[in-house]
Amino acid sequence: MKNYEEIVTELYTILKPYMKKERVLDETTELVADIGLDSLQVMQILLEVEDRFDISIPLNIIPDVRTVKDFAQQLELLTKSS
Amino acid sequence: MPLFQKFEALSQARKALLASGADPFNVVLDRMISSTEAIVNGRNMILAGTNNYLGLTFHPECIDAARVALEEQGTGTTGSRMANGTFAGHVALERELADFYQVGSAIVFSTGYLANLGVLSTLAGPDDVILLDADCHASIYDGCRMGEAEVIRFRHNDPTDLDKRLRRLGERATRTLILVEGIYSMLGDRAPLADIAAIKDRYGACLVVDEAHSLGVLGEHGRGLAEEVGVEKSVDLIVGTFSKSLGATGGFCVSRRPELDLIRYASRPYIFTASPSPSVVASTRAALHILSTQPQLRHRLWKSAEYLYQRLKDMGFALGPEPSPVIAALVETKEGGIALWNQLVEQGVYVNLILPPAAPNGGCLLRCSVSAGHTDAQLETICQAFASLS
Repeated sequence: MKNYEEIVTELYTILKPYMKKERVLDETTELVADIGLDSLQVMQILLEVEDRFDISIPLNIIPDVRTVKDFAQQLELLTKSS
Repeated sequence: MPLFQKFEALSQARKALLASGADPFNVVLDRMISSTEAIVNGRNMILAGTNNYLGLTFHPECIDAARVALEEQGTGTTGSRMANGTFAGHVALERELADFYQVGSAIVFSTGYLANLGVLSTLAGPDDVILLDADCHASIYDGCRMGEAEVIRFRHNDPTDLDKRLRRLGERATRTLILVEGIYSMLGDRAPLADIAAIKDRYGACLVVDEAHSLGVLGEHGRGLAEEVGVEKSVDLIVGTFSKSLGATGGFCVSRRPELDLIRYASRPYIFTASPSPSVVASTRAALHILSTQPQLRHRLWKSAEYLYQRLKDMGFALGPEPSPVIAALVETKEGGIALWNQLVEQGVYVNLILPPAAPNGGCLLRCSVSAGHTDAQLETICQAFASLS
C-alpha cells in the first residue's frame, strides 16, 4: 500500500508526458484546465494508473477529481480498500 | 450570457469545419430513392453509412404492414404504456422477439438508446458493479451513469483484463454486470464472446450483450454473436435495436430470466416515454419475420461486406481488424479525414465521418456500413470513389 506522498510522486511521473507547456506540476495543478487533457487522454491515464497501482478505478470518481491532489486522495482511498 | 459561453469552443470548431467546405453533420437527404440511395443537393448519392444492414426500409411487406397499422391505429400512441395503455402490437412484438431468441421475456423500448438506459440504470443498483468494455457505445456509458452502480472499464476485447478486474472484486464479482457488444460500431470488430462468457460463468457474474450491430448479421438464424459462437445460455440479457437490421426505430431487451419483466415497473426510460408508434411496431414485426425467414439477405450482406473490405484493404487503407458490415478506414489527421470525406461526397458516396474523440488516436474514420440492399454497381462506385482519393 502506498502513502499519499508516494502516490503524488508517481502521478507526477505519469502526467509529465502529457504536459503541453512548461509548467511545474504540483498538487494544485488542474488536470483539464492546466494540463489540457482531453477525454481520451483522461481515459488513457486511468489505464496507466490502474496498471501501476494494480487497482480498478471506478468512473464514478471522475466528477470529484479536478486537481492532482483530488486524484491522489481518491487513489489513496482505492489502494487502501483493495 | 455566461450560461451559453460553454458553447464557444463548439462554435469555433464548427466554424473551422464549415471553412473547410464540409458540413458532415448536417447532410440533408432531400429525397430517398431506395434504402441505399438518396438525392442530396440535387444529385444522386449512394448511402454507404446507414446501418441499414438488410436494406429493409423499403421492403414492400414492411411498408404494407406500417400502412395498415397507420390507417387502423393512427399516427402515434401519445403516451407511455404504463399511463396510456399498451397496444396489442407492443405485446405481439415482445412475444415474437422472445420466440425469436428462444427466451421467456422481452421488453420493447422506444429507441435503442433508451433500451440501454432503461435496462442498465435499473438492473445495477448502489451495491452492484458494472464492468464494461472500454469501447462500448455512448448509450451504454449513459445507462451506467444514470444508475447508481460502481462503473469500471476493462480494456477493449481483452478477456485477461476482464478476468483481472473480476478477481480484484472478490465476492462482489457475483454482483457484477459485464457489458460487451456483439459488433463494435466504430471498427466493426467482434467481442471475444466465448472467452468472456467462460469468465462470466466462472465468477458467477451477469453478462449483457448489446447486439445492435450484430442482430440480423451474425448467427445461423441472425440472432447475433451469442448465437454465432454458441454461448446464448451464458448470456443473461441481450439488448438490441430496431433501427439497424430491422429498418425502423426502437429498442428491446430479451432474457431467459423472468425477472426481466419486472424491470419495466422500475425503469424510468420505459415508464416516462411515449411508446413506439403502431406503424413502427408493425414494420418491425414484418422485418423480424423477414430477417428470420430469409437468410439469403444475410448471405448477400456478408458477400458484399467481404468484397468491400478486401478491395479497400488492397488499396492500402488501414481498416478494422476483421471483415464486417462495418468497415472503417482510419485517416491519421482530422483535416485529412475531412478532405477525404468531401471527395467521397463529391463522387456521390456518403459515408460516416467520425472525428476525435470518437475515433482513435486523434485521427478520424471514414466509416462505411454495407447493406444487403447495395447493388454490385453501387459497391463498385464506392470502391472507385475510395480508389480515387488523394
